[in-house]
Amino acid sequence: MKTLNNNSQELTLKKLKDLKLKANKIRQLIIESLFEAGSGHPGGSLGMADIFASLYFYVLNHNPKKPNWENRDRLVLSNGHICPAQYVAMALAGYFPLKELKTLRKVGSRLQGHPHRTTISGIETTSGPLGEGLSQAIGIALAGNLDKRNYYTYCLTSDGEHEEGNIWEAVMFAAKNKLNKLIQIIDRNYIQIDGNTENVMPLDSLEKKYEAFNWNVLRINGNNIEEVIEAIAKAKEEKDKPTIIIAKTILGKGVSFMENNPAWHGKAPNKEDAEKALEELRIEREKLT
Amino acid sequence: MLNPDLKLNTKLFDNNAESKPTRVGFGEALLELGEKNPNVVALCADLTESTCNHLFAKAYPDRFFQVGVAEQNLAAIAAGLGVSGKIPFISSYAVFSPGKSWETVRTTIVYNNANVKIAGHHAGIITGPDGVTHQATEDISSIRSWPGIKILVPCDSIEAKKATVKAGEIEGPVYLRFSREKTPIMTTDNTPFELNKIQIFWITKNPVATIFATGHMLYHALIAAKELEKEKINVLVANVSAIKPLDEKTIFSLAKKSKAFVSVEDHQVIGGLGSAIAESCAKNLPVPMEFVGLQDTFAESGTSSELIEKYKMGKNDIKTAVKKVIIRK
Repeated sequence: MKTLNNNSQELTLKKLKDLKLKANKIRQLIIESLFEAGSGHPGGSLGMADIFASLYFYVLNHNPKKPNWENRDRLVLSNGHICPAQYVAMALAGYFPLKELKTLRKVGSRLQGHPHRTTISGIETTSGPLGEGLSQAIGIALAGNLDKRNYYTYCLTSDGEHEEGNIWEAVMFAAKNKLNKLIQIIDRNYIQIDGNTENVMPLDSLEKKYEAFNWNVLRINGNNIEEVIEAIAKAKEEKDKPTIIIAKTILGKGVSFMENNPAWHGKAPNKEDAEKALEELRIEREKLT
Repeated sequence: MLNPDLKLNTKLFDNNAESKPTRVGFGEALLELGEKNPNVVALCADLTESTCNHLFAKAYPDRFFQVGVAEQNLAAIAAGLGVSGKIPFISSYAVFSPGKSWETVRTTIVYNNANVKIAGHHAGIITGPDGVTHQATEDISSIRSWPGIKILVPCDSIEAKKATVKAGEIEGPVYLRFSREKTPIMTTDNTPFELNKIQIFWITKNPVATIFATGHMLYHALIAAKELEKEKINVLVANVSAIKPLDEKTIFSLAKKSKAFVSVEDHQVIGGLGSAIAESCAKNLPVPMEFVGLQDTFAESGTSSELIEKYKMGKNDIKTAVKKVIIRK
């Protein structure tokens, strides 16, 4: 296995195993939180669990005890509906107590149905309405340049939201301004609410589109933690262009009956679904340990 | 008479009274803010000169961002800057920003509580010959219900400068409304500017009504008051430079004092200044009210004075509204 350096931390076999277990734990807590909430979006949340594990437990230069630390790397979640994955990763990282996950989507909770910046430290932007995160990430990256800070701004987007014109406005601006410390990771699972993206509104080839817009383009399996970490290391070598990592993922990854099924884009599991899902994840966890 | 305490422009009724577009005051203030505070940045959507961003852009090229014709991007990039310690001013025509970008501004700036100042230019029918597509006449009504937004409508170029500087000094989202055309200068550098305070520009003993005006329409209201005085109809004229938050205390005291209101605005009468005052009035002390403004219709191309006359927003229409409202007392 390759060894990658990040923040003087080597991706050892032990660390990789730990990250896989973290991703499994994230999936388990996503199911539990959504069951508790009674509504929400499991599909994309589960599909992005490996990327959230990689970011919060390996890639990001952050300090959960000092969420407003000025030099922290910024993570902007543009497709806010998959926030259960982010909330869970944040709780596991120590931003807030794990028991608070039970309040997701409930009245009085800091964990809004779509993430809201001012209610909880560590959430960088308010999101949910699609297509707006990349522009906000650009603003954050510009501020970093003006202040001569070295942080990276990561922006997670979905493929479906690439149908929004705002995304392409942002894509042009980021390339024009050579924002090389902006790294976008797109969740390319080919599924949106009304079905397959290529039927709703064809997006392929995203690689060619982004190359034409003068971005540094990388393509990976987004459910492979090693590939995620390797791609981010490569993105950091880029000096002139913003980077997009096109991460092919499986919607609902880790729960067999949810995988690649658009019905699970925005439906919470009932008790029986949740029990079945948690059992599958338990078996997976045993295999990992 | 003009309120002497406010040190207003005493030559404002002269035929050759000075006039300037309010956007010019905005441009001067932006430059001044740029000098004072390195965190002030400006973003524009391909309208740099007509929104008077050019002075800032020239002086501080590293802090000026050209986003092209892309108003959603304009708003959301500014939101990112605003949550990162910067004080962004975004400029476009109000029809496009916050018009076209309404939801983006709502989510990423207002709900997100990003420290962004939205400069809406070419407001009102006095935008003139460009026609309805470029005349913002629903900007106030479409954003007034956003929690937390502050809405400032300066009456002239001098007040525009003061309001812009103030907007840059306070934390949180602010909407500033400017017009393209030259409009009369009513205030002076010495006129006090207090945020969210209604000022009485025209005073009289025993007023029978109060005319509330916002933006450049204040001039028409002052002329109307002056002419009504000759007909022995004494009114007060109030300058409402902040539509939100509204100075409800002053409105209440004016309701007690004059017992009849007329609102005057270069905006649809639905949801704008008049509505805001009527809401406050109905809650606290209802008095009869008349509304001068665009009467639930779109205007058209024409010169500003032709349009003001055709759409019944001039001094004679204000006088008629006053006469109508005092009969209803």
